[in-house]
Amino acid sequence: MTPDLSMQPNASKVLSMHPKKFAVWLFIISITMIFAAMTSAYIVKQAEGNWLIFDMPTAFLYTSGVIILSSVTMQWAYLAASRDNLGQVKWMMLLTVVLSIVFLFGQYYSWIELVDSDVFFVGNPAGSFVYVFTGLHAFHLVSGIVFLIIVLSSAMKYKVHSKSLVQIEMCATYWHFLGGLWLYLYLFLILNN
Amino acid sequence: MAVAEVQIEEHDVHHDDHEHHDSFISKYIFSTDHKTIAKQFLITGIFWALIGGALSLLFRLQLGFPDMDLGFLQPILGGWLTDTGKLDTEFYLALVTMHGTIMVFFVLTAGLSGTFSNYLIPLQIGARDMASGFMNMLSYWFFFLSSVIMFISLFIETGPASGGWTVYPPLSALPQAMSGSGLGMTLWLVSMVFFIASTLLGGINYITTVINLRTEGMTFSRLPLTIWAFFITAVIGLLSFPVLFSAALLLVFDRSFGTSFYLSDIYIGGEALPNTGGSPILYQHLFWFLGHPEVYIVLLPALGITSEVISTNSRKPIFGYQAMIISMLAIAVLSFIVWAHHMFVSGMNPFLGSIFTILTLIIAVPSAVKAFNYITTLWRGNIVFTPAMLFSIGLVSFFISGGLTGLFLGNSAIDINLHDTYFVVAHFHLVMGSASFFGLMAGVYHWFPKMFGRMMDSTLGHIHFWMTFIGVYLVFFPLHYIGIAGFPRRYYSFTNFDAFSIFTDLNAFVSVAAILTFAAQFIFLFNFFYNIFRGRKAPANPWNSTTLEWTTPRVPGHGNWPGEIPKVYRWSYDYSKPGSDKDFIPQTVPLSETPESNLPHENEMASKESVAKKDAAKA
Ligand code: HEM
Ligand SMILES: [Cu+2]
Repeated sequence: MTPDLSMQPNASKVLSMHPKKFAVWLFIISITMIFAAMTSAYIVKQAEGNWLIFDMPTAFLYTSGVIILSSVTMQWAYLAASRDNLGQVKWMMLLTVVLSIVFLFGQYYSWIELVDSDVFFVGNPAGSFVYVFTGLHAFHLVSGIVFLIIVLSSAMKYKVHSKSLVQIEMCATYWHFLGGLWLYLYLFLILNN
Repeated sequence: MAVAEVQIEEHDVHHDDHEHHDSFISKYIFSTDHKTIAKQFLITGIFWALIGGALSLLFRLQLGFPDMDLGFLQPILGGWLTDTGKLDTEFYLALVTMHGTIMVFFVLTAGLSGTFSNYLIPLQIGARDMASGFMNMLSYWFFFLSSVIMFISLFIETGPASGGWTVYPPLSALPQAMSGSGLGMTLWLVSMVFFIASTLLGGINYITTVINLRTEGMTFSRLPLTIWAFFITAVIGLLSFPVLFSAALLLVFDRSFGTSFYLSDIYIGGEALPNTGGSPILYQHLFWFLGHPEVYIVLLPALGITSEVISTNSRKPIFGYQAMIISMLAIAVLSFIVWAHHMFVSGMNPFLGSIFTILTLIIAVPSAVKAFNYITTLWRGNIVFTPAMLFSIGLVSFFISGGLTGLFLGNSAIDINLHDTYFVVAHFHLVMGSASFFGLMAGVYHWFPKMFGRMMDSTLGHIHFWMTFIGVYLVFFPLHYIGIAGFPRRYYSFTNFDAFSIFTDLNAFVSVAAILTFAAQFIFLFNFFYNIFRGRKAPANPWNSTTLEWTTPRVPGHGNWPGEIPKVYRWSYDYSKPGSDKDFIPQTVPLSETPESNLPHENEMASKESVAKKDAAKA
């Protein structure tokens, strides 16, 4: 961060990145910290004992598949946009939105599964944590869906193409992050159970 | 909040000085100009500082004069006074809690970072505004909303949150525990959620702006230390405030939905609560993971401001520029791995305790480097005693005297004795409270001419400084003795214990000193508000500074520079450079114009500079 003074050409342009894209990354860091705190809390609490052991809902496996698929379609839309294939952009964005909603329903179904196996939000923290992880993730996912819909509507107006990629690029970054976050949470829950 | 990033506006780099016809609302209220937003933060911060200070006087009256009849405060306090004119005991706790919350978060986080990061980052790095004016505005208004909610909580019937500014469960989680844990605590949590959103929006903006919008030539190695400090502070905030959010969220679930993250095996009035499986220690871990970095979020901006003010007014380059940056980075990294020194008595494994002791003591090294560098910068300088300079020197004094007691407290063996006594209160008021407060004051005195285009009165500034400086020591130094004697903090009354009655006079003395110190702040308030309107018009560069903000017009408009943004050719500390006939060289003066004072490698760069100029002329 403190480059050697003598190597710096004088009054030259400074290194910089697109400020909006940069801000998305910072935003992602702050969300990461929220979940890092949550999962650390889980580990600390688990180590203290008095911990309920139960099977994770099977729905998680399917929703994980769905979210991976939605990342694929998202990336497809982005690539199509960079090749100016505007028809595909629309369809792929639409498909991503649909998949994201399927994912949310899947997560909701996993809650039903949990309740059926007598794991409630109010009860042993082992169960409560699963609800908090999925709920908080779903909350952020909703913000991601709003973003998807914004990009979808610009795509409808033919405003997403190879000369105007910033928005869809930021959307893709955020969406892949949300997908990755879910996979992390899922793996975390399986490995620590 | 999650969609906020969508709204980051394109920063228009070429947006020049074409006329702005702002309405009153878009100019002074919902402004996106970083300078106006900074002033909004400052005024709100001053408002909160008055409230926070007044609350501390109330409980100081109780501590110093336990038999006093406070009946004359009846119109303000109403039902919080008993029939005999004493403070209600639970209200005492509410006062302490609100005082701490207000001072730490609203005054010294929002009031300090919010004001000076907003004001100085674009001006000192040569940018037209923040990366996103909209997000910046949102950051202020979230803070405003959070302030309103916290303010309302002061007036509700069951009283504001009362479990201490750290709001440990189970006290804060169970409404049955005390009246402040009811609605007051709920409002505290709601208010803090908005506060966290505000801090994150602000921080994302500060970081983005510093990294991406520096003017030509403004490399990282030429940034003023203020900007380094604000930048590192924002990074710390970005990493730690989300953790406070998580802690608060789980607390909300425990309070309002009946979960048991922090609660287990609790009996109230002989009856067991249904909660099992939780752990209150878990909250402490999460809270202090923010809580310790928070003390640096409060302190680092003040240290940055001090670097700038001390260097300018000693007419010397800052001693050890790179060492200053490296120690700030070291402090930032270490601040994340020492949190458990607040938990030595929570039943933690003694071996773990010794690890946290060592990590804590390591922070003393970069801190000492900074203190040393301030002193060596002052050493044999041509010191100009402006009020800002005095406050900066005051900061160095508090940083040292308060920092030394940190070495004691950092040792788990000693802390087991001193934990939660007035020794801790004395320690953190000096090193965090007073030092940061003095940094804030130094900043206000130093940049007032730029903010309002007028000068503050320097004599009043001197009087304000001496009264506050002496006052702070008179208030907080004696608390060390009371603490070593074992008196616990957050206790309503000294007089209930015979062992402490020998401190009655000392406590009365401290309270009188606190009242005088508080009174001295009105000198500042007069000086500040009167001179916004009536002050002598400020010259372009009143302190003969090298940094970019002094190249703007007396009252800079939206966009900061009427013409092109100036380019930067040197670092910001060319004071009294050998060979130069002036005692400072602004950052905008090219090296090729100062051959008499250039160092060998600078001469080399100067020749490149002129080649580049010729090329530009040809093209
Ligand atoms: C007018 C000047 C001030 C006076 C007279 C004062 C006095 C006090 C006293 C006596 C206490 C301890 C009360 C108790 O534990 O029973 C206290 C608590 C506290 N003060 Fe101050 N203070 C002042 C300014 C500040 C400032 C500038 C800060 C900023 C960091 C601050 C932060 C705190 C905090 C965090 C607590 C702990 C609150 C808690 O225990 O939850 N104070 N103050
Ligand atoms: Cu600490």
